[in-house]
Amino acid sequence: MRLEIPVVLVGLSVAFAPVCAAQKLELRGKLLLTRGVSNLEGAGGGALTPWALITGNGTDRGIGATAHYDYVTVNDYGLTSYGAAVGLYDRFEVSYSRMALDTRDVGAALGLGEGYEFAQDVWGVKMRVAGDAVYGQDTWLPQIAVGAEYKKSNRDGLVQALGADESEGVDVYVSATKLILAESLLANATLRYTGAHQIGLLGYSDEASLQPEFSLGYMLSRRLIVGGEYRFKPDDLAFAKEDDFLDLFGAYAVNDTLTLTAGYVDLGEIATFEDQRGLYLSAQVGF
Amino acid sequence: MKTRTLLLAALILPLGFAVAEPPPGEQPVDPYEVSNANAGADPFEGTALFEAFNGEAGIGRIVDDMVDRNLADPRIKDIFAASDLVRLRRTLKEQFCYILNGPCDYTGMDMKSSHADHGITNREFNALVENLQLAMNTEGVPFRAQNKLLAKLAPMQRDVVTR
Ligand code: HEM
Repeated sequence: MRLEIPVVLVGLSVAFAPVCAAQKLELRGKLLLTRGVSNLEGAGGGALTPWALITGNGTDRGIGATAHYDYVTVNDYGLTSYGAAVGLYDRFEVSYSRMALDTRDVGAALGLGEGYEFAQDVWGVKMRVAGDAVYGQDTWLPQIAVGAEYKKSNRDGLVQALGADESEGVDVYVSATKLILAESLLANATLRYTGAHQIGLLGYSDEASLQPEFSLGYMLSRRLIVGGEYRFKPDDLAFAKEDDFLDLFGAYAVNDTLTLTAGYVDLGEIATFEDQRGLYLSAQVGF
Repeated sequence: MKTRTLLLAALILPLGFAVAEPPPGEQPVDPYEVSNANAGADPFEGTALFEAFNGEAGIGRIVDDMVDRNLADPRIKDIFAASDLVRLRRTLKEQFCYILNGPCDYTGMDMKSSHADHGITNREFNALVENLQLAMNTEGVPFRAQNKLLAKLAPMQRDVVTR
């Protein structure tokens, strides 16, 4: 039941592939930065939220791919994410990401052991369904994509002991992305249906809810965009409060292969430890 | 009668049928209806953008630079192999000047018919955009002003890209 949407999306991309493979595949071709960066969960987008853009430099006649490594350090935790994603015909995206929360001294304080890690595997699929964020400058219609993420915690048993109903779960989302070229702005809104505690690192609740996520960026040059993001999150764990995430970022396209992102993140309270603020660093390579 | 000829001319010219005789250095083209609507975008208001592009002289340098880059660009140069570059430069300058609200009229063909035979892809479209961005950078056009022009050109993708 849970896996239905991802399976349908993967099925669609597989079904579509041979049709397009009949013509000569083109590599590269997107304009700088228009593939987005990679978000924590591995999807093409901003740092914290997926966008409707499809990852990789491939156009509608080609394929592309990206790999990313993110490093986040806040007061009491470290968070890393690495993964890869493929973009097919600027329409489908398939992604994988491994995310790990290093509890450092908190692990010891919670009786789990110093440096205890909560990790999760995230498999994502995304399909663009309407609009064109870049060319559609004469219309209000944004580029729209639907996506799903299957997340599985490595701490089956423990996350339930901490209050989660499940150690795995599926998020589904719809994203709308619009480049407002005349104002040099990029805007995104995502609506996610999720039961994840701390984006899945602490498991899943059986009760899912709708959570919006927003990104706004201002382009300073072909290569550089600065902006911020705000990600609403559920707060359903009994033992600890959970806050929304926010970031302020700058992303720089060194060339059409490498994009570097740096920023400030505020992850709020995590597992009873408040004010988790700090640095976000990310490198994304792709073609 | 003289007045009659003038009257006729006054009637015909606004309808804007292309003159049979091409401008010096250009190849003749099949007749088409001349109209600013062929430029594919409405002009901006005010003079700020035209000034940001350094007027007609700046636009001239940008178009020449962009065309030179296109001709040297392995991604797209073959598409221009059979082009009348004198005409292309002239009409592009007119088009940009018109859209930027300069004192120009656009006398070229519309975007759909002028690109229909070239089988242009998104990748090739983006290559040209990139060359235009580099040319605007060279001219020193502020990035915000560049994007205002690009916002007018971007929707033409639907007419230019046919593959
Ligand atoms: C928004 C983007 C574009 C604009 C505003 C534009 C503008 C123009 C204009 C004004 C003309 C002359 C029409 C006439 O002769 O009456 C033209 C022709 C042409 N364009 Fe474009 N163009 C664009 C994109 C492209 C792209 C991406 C390519 C190929 C990579 C391309 C290739 C050509 C060619 C080959 C011709 C015909 C030249 C000839 O045979 O004389 N154009 N374009």
